[in-house]
Amino acid sequence: MIRFDHVSKHYPGHRGALSDITVEIADGEFVYLIGPSGAGKTTMLRLIMRDIVPTSGTLLVDEWKIASIPANQIHHLRRRVRTVYQDFKLLADRTVYENVAVGLEVLGKAEGEIAKDVMKILSLVNLEDKYRQFPLQLSAGEQQRVSIARAIVGGPKILLADEPTGNLDPDTAGEILDILEEVNSIGTTVIMATHNAGIVNERKKRTLTLDDGTIHSDEVKGRYHVSKKKT
Amino acid sequence: MAAILAMFLTFLLTGFFFLTTVTSAVILQYFEGKPQITVFFRDKATKEDATSLTSTLQATGKTASVRYVTKEEALVTYRTLFQSDPLLLEMVTSDILPASLEVSATGPEYLDDLAQTIATYDEKSDIIEEVVYQKDVVDALISWSNAIKIVGGVLAGLLAVDALLIVMTVIGMKIALRRDEIEILKLVGASSWYIRLPFLWEGALYGIWGATSAWVVLMGLIVWFRPVLLSFLEAIPVFVIVLSNPTSTTFLAAGAGLFGILVITGFLLGIIGSAVSVGRYLKF
Ligand SMILES: Nc1ncnc2c1ncn2[C@@H]1O[C@H](COP(=O)(O)OP(=O)(O)OP(=O)(O)O)[C@@H](O)[C@H]1O
Ligand SMILES: [Mg+2]
Repeated sequence: MIRFDHVSKHYPGHRGALSDITVEIADGEFVYLIGPSGAGKTTMLRLIMRDIVPTSGTLLVDEWKIASIPANQIHHLRRRVRTVYQDFKLLADRTVYENVAVGLEVLGKAEGEIAKDVMKILSLVNLEDKYRQFPLQLSAGEQQRVSIARAIVGGPKILLADEPTGNLDPDTAGEILDILEEVNSIGTTVIMATHNAGIVNERKKRTLTLDDGTIHSDEVKGRYHVSKKKT
Repeated sequence: MAAILAMFLTFLLTGFFFLTTVTSAVILQYFEGKPQITVFFRDKATKEDATSLTSTLQATGKTASVRYVTKEEALVTYRTLFQSDPLLLEMVTSDILPASLEVSATGPEYLDDLAQTIATYDEKSDIIEEVVYQKDVVDALISWSNAIKIVGGVLAGLLAVDALLIVMTVIGMKIALRRDEIEILKLVGASSWYIRLPFLWEGALYGIWGATSAWVVLMGLIVWFRPVLLSFLEAIPVFVIVLSNPTSTTFLAAGAGLFGILVITGFLLGIIGSAVSVGRYLKF
């Protein structure tokens, strides 16, 4: 569960990036975060993963109050809240397998268990036959799938995706969305930020529209019904 | 590589000065345990003269021991001292060597009084060739060993600072080079120790490798120069025991002790250097 309660964020020397956001996202939801450039989408995601802290208001992620997690405890949150970016952030000198394994190594898992889980996740993103390749030998869509695999290996509860399709053509973007929906279907909360409203409309998911740091609309579209209270 | 080299030089020098300091300390101890005044008699002096001087000295109540060494005994000592040098042995007969009186005072504060007594006695009888005060030798040794300690300490300190700075720089560079990887590790939830430990360990390894290679070179030098060292130090039993046989357990134990000291210091120096860099460049 993620709960923004009158959260504002001002970057130093900058007017409000987010002002007085109040919203709740329940476990297992799939939420699109849309809005024009500079609306504050990235800022919301960075708050949830405690890359930054709110200037005012309270942000809760499960049992954690974001503003008061001590620096040496942040890694516990990061194991439960994983992220995917537009630029993939893969290590060019490591194979697909090694890139994904990083997500488990930091948890202190044994070698055998890592091998089993990595291959399982790679087959989920349809890359099991490319595990020995290096990122630069893959297409952009494939690289993004590796980065998703690294994020979900180890079973996070929440997956944040910031413009994951920003570098991809529409077909490949569609594949990525399919994979994110599959990840969501196994119980992971997925929040994806994008300014590409077109692909979002087809998907009929809950959509938060941000504009200039405030929530413009919060629509629940179609088959996926959110029963949790909205504020 | 630069870091290991710096560590190597540091420990080579530190180890060298450490050994020199230990050696001079042992030499000092040896001399301090020796008689403090040695009175060498002229050839004309008889056994009775010696006995008379002995009782004069003992009468002062300030002597711990007084021992008469005859010319023959002096020769025996001389022969064991220079047994490895036949040339020196041939040159000397007991005639050349003087008889002597080895005097120890009950406390160093009485040495002057005893010297005075001896001088007064000599004025009357004129049987004394020379009086050697161990104190002079010991004082000279102390000032030498202090000089070695200061020069060695300063040099080793400077080199240690240098090695520390190099380790800090190298580790800082490695951290910078692996920025992307560190960012990703933080993203997926690596604990701060998980990220820091490899860098700390790397710094420690520089220290350990530097110390180990310095140790190997030092031990090589000791084994190589063992005969020379032995001829210098053969009067002092401790060195003879340690150095006489490079495969003996005492030699190996001394080597192992030196290894332990160097490696532990190297480990600490490396850890400190990398910890400073990690603290500076790996903030959370
Ligand atoms: N580190 C920062 N320092 C100062 N201002 C920032 C910083 N990051 C973002 N901002 C400002 O905060 C506002 C919100 O930025 P944010 O990155 O959250 O927008 P966004 O919705 O993700 O935009 P985009 O679609 O371009 O990624 C913008 O006006 C931006 O200029
Ligand atoms: Mg953004």
